This record gives sequence, structure tokens and C-alpha cells, in this order.
Amino acid sequence: MWDRFKYYWRLLNSPARHLSLGALTVGGFAMGIVFWGGFNTALEATNTEGFCVSCHEMSANTYQEMKPTVHFTNGSGVRATCPDCHVPHDWTHKIARKMQASKEVWGWLFGTINTPEKFEAHRLTMAQREWARLEANDSLECRNCHNFEYMDFTQQSPRAAEAHRRGLEEQGLTCIDCHKGIAHELPDMAGVEGW
Amino acid sequence: MRTLAIFVLLGASIGLASPMASTQQLGTGPATLRRGIDIPVDIEPPRMPPVEVTDTSRQRSYPMQPPTIPHEIDNYQVDLKVNTCLSCHSRRQVERSQAPMVSVTHYQDRDGQFLAEVSPRRYFCTQCHVPQTDTEPGVANVFEDMDTIIRRQAERNQ
Repeated sequence: MWDRFKYYWRLLNSPARHLSLGALTVGGFAMGIVFWGGFNTALEATNTEGFCVSCHEMSANTYQEMKPTVHFTNGSGVRATCPDCHVPHDWTHKIARKMQASKEVWGWLFGTINTPEKFEAHRLTMAQREWARLEANDSLECRNCHNFEYMDFTQQSPRAAEAHRRGLEEQGLTCIDCHKGIAHELPDMAGVEGW
Repeated sequence: MRTLAIFVLLGASIGLASPMASTQQLGTGPATLRRGIDIPVDIEPPRMPPVEVTDTSRQRSYPMQPPTIPHEIDNYQVDLKVNTCLSCHSRRQVERSQAPMVSVTHYQDRDGQFLAEVSPRRYFCTQCHVPQTDTEPGVANVFEDMDTIIRRQAERNQ
């Protein structure tokens, strides 16, 4: 066992005997493109709504709840898909979120939320996790589309304009502080601060 | 005599047809929401009127009238788990939201005892409070408030 390890270590540690430096460089570059492209393609494939709702936990609960909301059907036909709100768009944070999501694969394997009753029992925990994430990043995923700088309060209803002026400008709140449960059903909010 | 009859008929038909074009009886069947049209027949449903969003209180027709909702309530969740209306209109939330607080009667049980939370019998807001749409009333209404009746009475007594 140890001899075998030493053999491979020497093999990898010594210079190439038959391959030219050019072949190694070009080959390494080409393989880099292939592997990186493959990794990114696989990553993006997991970053689609089709992938999310391929599990019944998502398609039977959260996806159905979202359908009547304004983020799914609306007058203009512009809609948000799962990753638009639930995965950061820039690469570093996306990778971090994807690593966290490996725990969700664990949950899927062991059927943590595979019945409506189990889903309901975990709804508050899961919702609080998303609220905490959006509070921490100043509702970044909301603001990817709803940019405060371009928000014309005069085109909003008086109530909305006043609430946005007070909340965003004076109290320094972020979107999720008020807009909870806009795309999915709310959990039992007893004991949640502000409810 | 015949002219008079025609006029009476004409007047009656205008009177029946004009007040609400959308709710008139179209067929000969029972007077339901289908406006008398037989069940196998497809009818074009009337357009859904937009909800009035004024964000200001409307006058009430009588003092005990539940105030109408001056904004949209699409997808507001009111169930066992949560009441989204109360996330602005409850006692705890009105400072943040600046919305009118639900009246104190909602914090009383039927014996008039005060409760810490909104009474369960008052929990389902849309049993009494509804948004208003910009449309013709579905049913003719001749309601007059007390002020109007008293004023007319006074004028008659003069």
C-alpha cells in the first residue's frame, strides 16, 4: 500500500519524460476549458426552475403556492423563477449558496419534508432561513429587479409611497421586513417579531 | 288608446333594461348568476372590474357599518396560521404601518370582556370588510342614510 503510494507520488512529482512542454501547456489549457465549461454548465443546469420543481417537495408545495401571485402571473408577463429570488446572481455568493444547498440534497435523500405535514412542520424554519438571508444582504435578490434608485414614488398609490418613504428612507428597513409571504404561503407567524 | 299602450310598454322596457345592463336576465331559465341561460350554453362572463385603490376612508352609510377596504387585498392570507390584514391593522402594528387600528370591539368577546388579541369571532376580516370595485351595482339599491330621511321629514313638516 505504502509502496504504491510512493510510486504514484514519484510519477506525479517527476517531469514529463515523453510529452513536450507545449503539448502539456496546450493540452492543459484545452482540458481546463472543457472541465470549467462542464462544471459551469452543470452548475447552471441546477440553477433553473425546471431543476427545482423536479423534486415533488418543491413542485407540490412552493411552486403551486407561487402560481396565483404577482411574481408568477401578471399583466406584463415578466416573471421571477425560483433562482431569481433564492440564489444570488454573482458568482462568489452563488457558489457559497450552492454549497449550503448540499444540505438540501441531504434533506431530500432522507425525506425531511416529503409529506405536506412534514413540510408544514418545517415551514417556519425554512422561511426564517430565507428571511435571515435577505435581511443580511439587504434584500439583494429583490433589488436585482426592484431597484430603489429608480423607484418612482409618485407612480405608487399614496399609501405605498408613504410606506416606502418612511420604511426605506427613515427607518432603514429592507424589502423583506414588510414584504414577507408575497410569493409563498406564510408559516404560523405566532411569535415572529413584527407579526 | 293604442298609442298609450305602446308608450307604457316602451317606458317599461327602458326602465327594466337601463339600470344595470350587466345583470339583466338574458334567457328564460331560473334567475341565477347565469342570468337565466341554460347550463349547457356557454356565456361570456362579464369583465372583472378593477378594485378601487383610493387609500382614504370612505363615508359610512350608517354608524355601525363595517368600513370598506380602500385598497387591493389580492392574495392576502387569512387562515389558521396567519392573518395578513392584522400585520398592519392590529394594535401592535399601527405605529409601524400608520394604518387604522381595528376597532376596540374586535378585542372584546361577546360578553363585552376585553381580550389581549383580536377575538376569534372577528378574525375573518372579509366576512364584513370588503374592497370596492368600480362598477354598476349588481342589485338595485334604494338605501338612504338617516340624515337624508330626517331632512326630508323636516322639509315635509314645514
